[in-house]
Amino acid sequence: MQSTSMAHGSLPLLYTFHFYLFGLIAIVSALLFVTRKSPVAAALWLVNTMFCLAALYVLLDAQFIGAIQVLVYAGAIMVVFLFVIMLLNLGQGIRNDIRGLGWKLTAGAVSLAILAEIFALTKARTPMVLTLPQGYIAQQVAETGAITPIAGPLFNEYLLAFEVTSVLLLAAVVGAVMLGKERGGERAR
Amino acid sequence: MTPLYALLQISGPTTEPGFGFWLLMTVVKLIAIFTVYMLGAAMLTLAERKISAWMQDRHGPNRVGKGWLQPIADGIKNFVKEETYPEAANLPIFILAPVISFIPALVTWAVIPFAAPWGSKWGVVEMVLAPLPIGYLFILAISSLGVYGIVLAGWSSNNKYALLGSIRSSAQMVSYEISMGMATIPVLLLAGNVSLSHIVTQQAFETWNVINLTVAFFIFLVAAFAETNRLPFDLPEAESELITGYHTEYSAMKFSLFFIAEYCNMITASALMATLFFGGWDIPFTLWDNLAPHTGLKTLLTLGAFATKTLFFLFLFMWIRWTLPRFRYDQLMSLGWKFMLPLALAYIVAIASLILVLQMLGFAQGSWPFHLGLAMFNIVAVIVLFMILDRGRIISPAYSRLNQRDVEELRAVAGARRAPPLVPESGD
Repeated sequence: MQSTSMAHGSLPLLYTFHFYLFGLIAIVSALLFVTRKSPVAAALWLVNTMFCLAALYVLLDAQFIGAIQVLVYAGAIMVVFLFVIMLLNLGQGIRNDIRGLGWKLTAGAVSLAILAEIFALTKARTPMVLTLPQGYIAQQVAETGAITPIAGPLFNEYLLAFEVTSVLLLAAVVGAVMLGKERGGERAR
Repeated sequence: MTPLYALLQISGPTTEPGFGFWLLMTVVKLIAIFTVYMLGAAMLTLAERKISAWMQDRHGPNRVGKGWLQPIADGIKNFVKEETYPEAANLPIFILAPVISFIPALVTWAVIPFAAPWGSKWGVVEMVLAPLPIGYLFILAISSLGVYGIVLAGWSSNNKYALLGSIRSSAQMVSYEISMGMATIPVLLLAGNVSLSHIVTQQAFETWNVINLTVAFFIFLVAAFAETNRLPFDLPEAESELITGYHTEYSAMKFSLFFIAEYCNMITASALMATLFFGGWDIPFTLWDNLAPHTGLKTLLTLGAFATKTLFFLFLFMWIRWTLPRFRYDQLMSLGWKFMLPLALAYIVAIASLILVLQMLGFAQGSWPFHLGLAMFNIVAVIVLFMILDRGRIISPAYSRLNQRDVEELRAVAGARRAPPLVPESGD
């Protein structure tokens, strides 16, 4: 705990260094992820990207989100991805999803638009409602632990929205199972 | 809760060390943990062979330095052996896989508190490498990465046995991770925090979680065996079916790294069980070690307590390995999904309601009727589980027989494939 407050207070250089380090690794991994031909290599670079994003969350004092990022995305979802890739033995003859000049130009234009949006957002001022005072989260974490600042609002103020979201996800899972199930056949149970 | 926090105020760090001293001590702890860990893994290979020999009434390794130098001899042998690279392997991932399987086990140690803080002349030194506020979640996150090493090893070897082993392991480890995470939610309910130092302090001032949450401990124990791929759940490397599973194609030091990773995972799992359920570095029946002033003597004694607990669980790992036979794959899966997960979920609900009821009756957490209530509930739950529900379910591999329909279906398939008899059967 004292080390994180140190990183913000007396060692801003260390903080900046780590921010750019992980940011750079994340971008390079993401580029490699979209350019690799082999699905397994692409999946591994995506895991690396997730990991760097988790590190960036931790630098923003959101340790809980960082841990969940690694636990859910890198540790569970990507493992299942790899499992499916290995089980189906994908990666023999892959065709590119984006074919033809028209699609390539569209993809480029969309990327440029997103880039322009990011630049515009860095110039814009964040509304006061959405900003927290400097070091507020670090102080909360030190006082009540890392989970309480998230669990409190989630289970008190926004309980209904939270539960409705979970029901929505459950409905999606049930729907996927129903669609995936063989219908009417001999093996259907 | 108030008396606990009042005590925490007393026991909390009094003086913060300066940055230079903090950095120096962190580096010292880093080197110390790494050294002890590596030496420990080496000695565990010897311990495993000695213990198996003892259980089977034979001598075990007794040549190199009367057996004590056997790990060194093994290390040298692995370094000078020839490294083989299968022609069809995906080489970068083939080389990376043993490293990936080894790192998560090591990194987990960063957040496990292993002794009482040491009040040195230059400030109080926490006996944990990184006292993260999310301690326990960090462990879950990092240990969920351990499966990559095995999966990638199996895939990159380009060998069907290795691939089968790694597919098994990914299914097994993902399944048991869920039970493991669910089993520790009651611990977090009682501690009210996910920081491991907080969990240890809470157990020291109240009662060890093994008494409060016995069922959760047993679920965690079984899941830990599955997560570390130890017998009776070592299906990823089931020798009789898969040669050695995911590391079939590995030789020399790369094979050895998988071997070291297995022992490192065992050390980590044992330390976690000690921390979450057996009070961590707490010395039982006294609060002397938890309260200030923090002297060097207390640090050493609590370190001894922690080491004793961890070594006990390491022994348990070996004991069970040489006692129980391997599960069948479908038994493993049905145990995980149909028994352990529902049990863990039901236990969370039961413990949460019990805490609520006990508090509504006016027994605050930390008072003796509160923990007596939890203990009584656990005694009943354990008796029901092990005496009534367990008959042939948890321990016995006879659980989850194939249903009759599947058996007939399989027999029909096998019958269709069987070669026709040379001499047609006549009804004589």
